[in-house]
Amino acid sequence: MRYVPHTPGQVAEMLAFLGLSAVDELFAVIPEEVRFKGELSLPPALDEVELRRELEALAGANPGSGYVSFLGAGAYDHYVPAAVRALASRPEFLTAYTPYQPERSQGTLAAIFEYQTMIARLTGMDVVNASVYDGASALAEAVLMAFDLKRKKKVVVSGAVHPEYVETVKTYCYGVGGEVSLVPYTPGYETDWGAAEKAADGEAAALVVSVPNFFGVVEDVRRAQELAREKGLLLVVVANPISLALLKPPAAYGADLVVGEGQPLGNALSFGGPYLGFLGARAAYVRRMPGRLVGETVDALGRRAFVLTLQAREQHIRREKATSNICSNQAQNALLAAVYLAYLGPRGLRDVAYHSHTRARYFLTRIDEAGRGVRVLCRRIFNELVVEVEGLEEKYQQALERKILPGLKLERFFPAEKNRLLVAFTEKRTRGEIDALLEVLGVK
Amino acid sequence: MKGTPLIFERSCPGREGFRLGDPGVPEVDLGATLGRDFLRSELDLPEVSEVDVVRHYTALARMNFGVDDGFYPLGSCTMKYNPKINEEVAALPGFANLHPYVPEELAQGILKLLYELQAYLAEITGMDFVTLQPAAGAHGELTGMLIIKKYLEDRGEKRTRVIVPDSAHGTNPATAKECGFEVVEVKSNPDGLVDVEKLKEAVDEKTAALMLTNPNTLGLFERRIREIAAVLHERGALLYYDGANLNAIMGRSRPGDMGFDVVHLNLHKTFSTPHGSGGPGSGPVGVKAFLRDYLPVPVVDEKDGRYFLNYRLPRSIGRVRAFYGNVGVAIKAYAYIRALGAKGLREASEMAVLNANYLKKLVEDLFVVPYRGPCMHEFVVSAKNWKQNYGVRAADIAKRLLDYGYHPPTMYFPLIVEEALMIEPTETESKETLDAFAQALLDIHEEARTRPELLKEAPLSLPVRRLDEVKAARDMKLKW
Repeated sequence: MRYVPHTPGQVAEMLAFLGLSAVDELFAVIPEEVRFKGELSLPPALDEVELRRELEALAGANPGSGYVSFLGAGAYDHYVPAAVRALASRPEFLTAYTPYQPERSQGTLAAIFEYQTMIARLTGMDVVNASVYDGASALAEAVLMAFDLKRKKKVVVSGAVHPEYVETVKTYCYGVGGEVSLVPYTPGYETDWGAAEKAADGEAAALVVSVPNFFGVVEDVRRAQELAREKGLLLVVVANPISLALLKPPAAYGADLVVGEGQPLGNALSFGGPYLGFLGARAAYVRRMPGRLVGETVDALGRRAFVLTLQAREQHIRREKATSNICSNQAQNALLAAVYLAYLGPRGLRDVAYHSHTRARYFLTRIDEAGRGVRVLCRRIFNELVVEVEGLEEKYQQALERKILPGLKLERFFPAEKNRLLVAFTEKRTRGEIDALLEVLGVK
Repeated sequence: MKGTPLIFERSCPGREGFRLGDPGVPEVDLGATLGRDFLRSELDLPEVSEVDVVRHYTALARMNFGVDDGFYPLGSCTMKYNPKINEEVAALPGFANLHPYVPEELAQGILKLLYELQAYLAEITGMDFVTLQPAAGAHGELTGMLIIKKYLEDRGEKRTRVIVPDSAHGTNPATAKECGFEVVEVKSNPDGLVDVEKLKEAVDEKTAALMLTNPNTLGLFERRIREIAAVLHERGALLYYDGANLNAIMGRSRPGDMGFDVVHLNLHKTFSTPHGSGGPGSGPVGVKAFLRDYLPVPVVDEKDGRYFLNYRLPRSIGRVRAFYGNVGVAIKAYAYIRALGAKGLREASEMAVLNANYLKKLVEDLFVVPYRGPCMHEFVVSAKNWKQNYGVRAADIAKRLLDYGYHPPTMYFPLIVEEALMIEPTETESKETLDAFAQALLDIHEEARTRPELLKEAPLSLPVRRLDEVKAARDMKLKW
């Protein structure tokens, strides 16, 4: 394939216009010693028929995509309605650049403004930015923001936060010379609040807690609120947006910053990305926020319109004095999230959250009633929970043979957590599928 | 007065769009299962039907402008055509429905694709190893500069400064600061290139790295690049490549051969993945072999024909995000490279450079050209003569171009050029398009001469006229 429109005659004509006779002459400015000679070692070009065949073969070599999945742990198999995908993939959105020419980008700007509004309502926060790379980097950005606001460089992070988020925060902290104090979790998979209190010394800028946490538990947010208040810490909450259809918005329990992974809102799993990170804050912190913000204004005739605003925070204006080095946002993914939220509305979103919760509860109750060899290890859960399974390895393999992905072996992140499985549920899982999983796990 | 519509204004209490039926499992008392203290009482979202949603976002789409709508010569952004086949293959269920924690043996297809893409990008850039984890160019910069920081620290060196040219992208200094470095700016010479003599003075035992784009943001190739590399390396500092402009040199020159130690790429520029109105991008980072162990984990590896996620990099900087990268974007870039092959990629760069030089020659007499000589894939002109002669500015020209059905060039960047317009046509535009665009600029020049108020009021043909950006910043209305 080639996507260049030039005919050989046109190339010759254009070269002649430039007073040149060969394409090579266009590159004469590149000194001999750094000219690449020969040909790049790449596979031969394919036509579109061959290309599709090749890519279909690679897609077909991922049988896990077709299994009945109980995997969650930060990425969830929720249903994406047809209308959401159809609208968000319109080329006027897909093939546009950042809306730096607002008069020709009102579609994107209005959609981001709607996104900011709807995430603000879900989380209860005053301001929400136009999105960042993903949930983990959103948390890292929030931590850097807290350092900046408090002029301190230590953060207390609950050990029940997604371990990959914790690793990301550590990487960002390495850059700015910050310190991460990781608090252990209890046998019931909740934050150890006693340990958190000890870690929250005068050096700490913020406390990070996840609701629900990595293990699916809805943390006792009153403890987080008290601790943050007593110690003068900023409270940073990592939230699952679907859960917020049922759970209190984090602002209601004193969150100063709320972040999370927006993937559950209409975005495909796509082996981990692209997703979007949302980031919300109290109004007072808006000038320290990273990333893009869309604001309302009027045009020369007084008509309402939208524009990127407060850009004096950003790298293209402020360079090394910017609040973050981030340039892009995940606009396409944020658009999916906006259309998803608009389409589902208050009742549809609640349906999705409630159905997911009922399935997790059904699984939990069945194990409680009949469980031998399987034990529920946490109780106040949203759509995900940890169970202990005797002989997990064998049962895990049996599940795979039946084309079931039974969940995440906690050992992957916590080597001491043998025989423990993190099982997630969405509205897509049927009773029959859950019964099949229970059967494999030995729950009759 | 009416303006851009919002979904909230279509809301009607009690109207419903998407609903689910009976749960199919026993109902639950949420107060009992989650605790009354933790439940929310209300949720304020739009109440609209499916047809409301479809009409609303279709209306918004019509207010937008993408590469599919027309010419988009936005300098530094490489707004080339985004092939449709790439969208289709990235959406195949075998990719789109794949959970990131699926066992590796059930995801060999995607792991193979990612492994091969790492290798292709290494070959194209002349680097030894590549990570696909960073989500965008600036994220790649952060990754690359943290790698440099950790490497230097491991050598027991305390190097605190990063040098950036005054023509650099804003992300360069912002990234250096986010990695804990102090930023030192070096001025360009009268030719628009790095002033090597000044650079020699700036580099010392405190210098960690120089961040450089080549060709630079003026569209000029840094001819003394080997010498620049030597200046850095002789003093123990490293050379970082900002890959924003790689579209100029594929198959013609490689950053690795120029002496760069770390590079980041923008798959959404050079490798044709759509910009999505501002993201997602993807910013892979390539390093020379001596930095391999510092890459973020995991990287995709292969042993005996089996592909796996390799977490065993002893000096890794750690993760820069969750999971493995913007895989959906990587698939599209992979398809692009497979479609074009080595010759096709080289031809893409060649035609990008031809188009830029052709368009430059067509329009340069209308402007002041700050730096003479042939350009690479883009060029920068100054509209300061328009300002002097007609009182119209670069922004006015840009806004008038919107009326002519074009997306305007990048304005006011790089910062070292007064009234800058930065023009990057890309290789996917035809001679006819370039001729028509040049004619439009000629027509607008005539308008500037005879009716300058037209330019100052432009755009006149769009759903909204010029916006009050000061009001937006002052009122800070950031939600409905």
